[in-house]
Amino acid sequence: MLRINCPVCGLRDESEFSYGGDATVMRPAHDETSADVWHDYVFLRDNPRGPHREYWHHVQGCRQWLVVERDTLTHRIGGAVLACDGEEAR
Amino acid sequence: MRYSVFSLVANALGGHRGWPRAWRDPQPKPHYDVVIVGGGGHGLATAYYLAKEHGIRNVAVIEKGWLGGGNTGRNTTIVRSNYMIPGNTMFYERSLRLWEQLSHDLNYNVMFSQRGQYNLCHSPASLDAARLRGNIMRANGIDAELLDRAEVMRRLPYLDYSPNARFPIIGALFQGRAGTARHDAVAWGYARGADMNGVDIIQQCEVTGFLREGGRIVGVETTRGPIRAGKVGLAVAGHTGHLAAKAGLTLPIETHVLQAFVSEPLKPMIDTVISFAAAHFYISQSDKGGLVLGGDIDGYNSYAQRGGLPMMEHTLASGKALIPALSRLRVLRQWAGVMDMSMDGSPFICKSPIDGLYINGGWCYGGFKATPASGWCFAWTLAKDEPHEDNARFTLDRFRRGVMIDEKGAGPTPNAH
Repeated sequence: MLRINCPVCGLRDESEFSYGGDATVMRPAHDETSADVWHDYVFLRDNPRGPHREYWHHVQGCRQWLVVERDTLTHRIGGAVLACDGEEAR
Repeated sequence: MRYSVFSLVANALGGHRGWPRAWRDPQPKPHYDVVIVGGGGHGLATAYYLAKEHGIRNVAVIEKGWLGGGNTGRNTTIVRSNYMIPGNTMFYERSLRLWEQLSHDLNYNVMFSQRGQYNLCHSPASLDAARLRGNIMRANGIDAELLDRAEVMRRLPYLDYSPNARFPIIGALFQGRAGTARHDAVAWGYARGADMNGVDIIQQCEVTGFLREGGRIVGVETTRGPIRAGKVGLAVAGHTGHLAAKAGLTLPIETHVLQAFVSEPLKPMIDTVISFAAAHFYISQSDKGGLVLGGDIDGYNSYAQRGGLPMMEHTLASGKALIPALSRLRVLRQWAGVMDMSMDGSPFICKSPIDGLYINGGWCYGGFKATPASGWCFAWTLAKDEPHEDNARFTLDRFRRGVMIDEKGAGPTPNAH
């Protein structure tokens, strides 16, 4: 069982959360017209073997989206911050 | 040596002390025509078909651990060809036809057992979808039968048909030629076959990088020194993205962890393969009596070959919802493998954008059944520098071109395929 330290609710079980994928993927600007940029955003992932910044939705808790640092090789979880804190979260 | 009833009798009389090694343990040579990275079923099958079908015998298979220690030895051994999207349908049927001859072809018993597979339907909509799938299969010469609830009740009496069932069972799509195979034997059989054709199988040798000349990849850096190669093929399942990154490629792949379970041994109970579509749960019984079962991936990116308890609970609860008699059964073993989940749920067998580098990956849940055709098509692609018709759509640029092969219709969400 992964346990994530939610900044709002404290240490909670993985089963309260829903996974939201790689948090380093940035949505292009709305007026972006390059198909390559949109292709990379929608389909390509760095998929690192090691530290990974990722979204988790505390869907059965405070319903906040978090950015969590987790190691994909060891499952060790580092810090978690609110995704709505925007650039400060990264 | 060729295995036969005569070799068996002769060695039985000799106290089984005369069996030779099934394959050599050579030192890596400085140069090969083709180096395959990954000594699982797909890599070994590729080497076997390169030698057998294309006469390319100066080939090495490089494996960082031991043969079949990755997903080849970690799956639930199910083989089927019930795919309906063009690009998948005939590829998986090629695979099933190769499976049907595989033990004879390899002179090695892979224990392929065509015990049939049921895809259960739980709503009129899912029955309609199964009818469509079955019709597409039959139009392509693949066997499929649509069964109603009464027939499923007659054939699989131990499922929950009560009014309290979590999902009502109203029918099933049945493929009689589907079944299971002994997964270790597949790796060993292909390894032996490749070795007999001159392929060097090099274990305990991890690829740490690529050798480049100009823009071209001309070999691999390994923990046992550099090995030059005319062509390098990746067949490393969940590590496809990790190794491709060393070559400077970013792929439409996320790596996820998938668990499997075996129960304590039972007397014969389940003589087929059952897929419980509503909960994404699948079960069969091994020849040793253990029930072999699995469910969803854990759902988050992972290269750790172990899963967590929430998915274990979910999978076993799904099993009990389908077969109430499992309620007091104990799980004997649990393990996990790491899957290269592609963005549309379908694989890649293609040249990479870098000259000299070829990719076989993106197998998601479905790699084991694909093993023979994957090796056959990858060998074709490596030998001829162009895809065979059956893997022509398994390209990396299909997302850019808008021709995804999304069997499940889940979109670019790897943890939903």
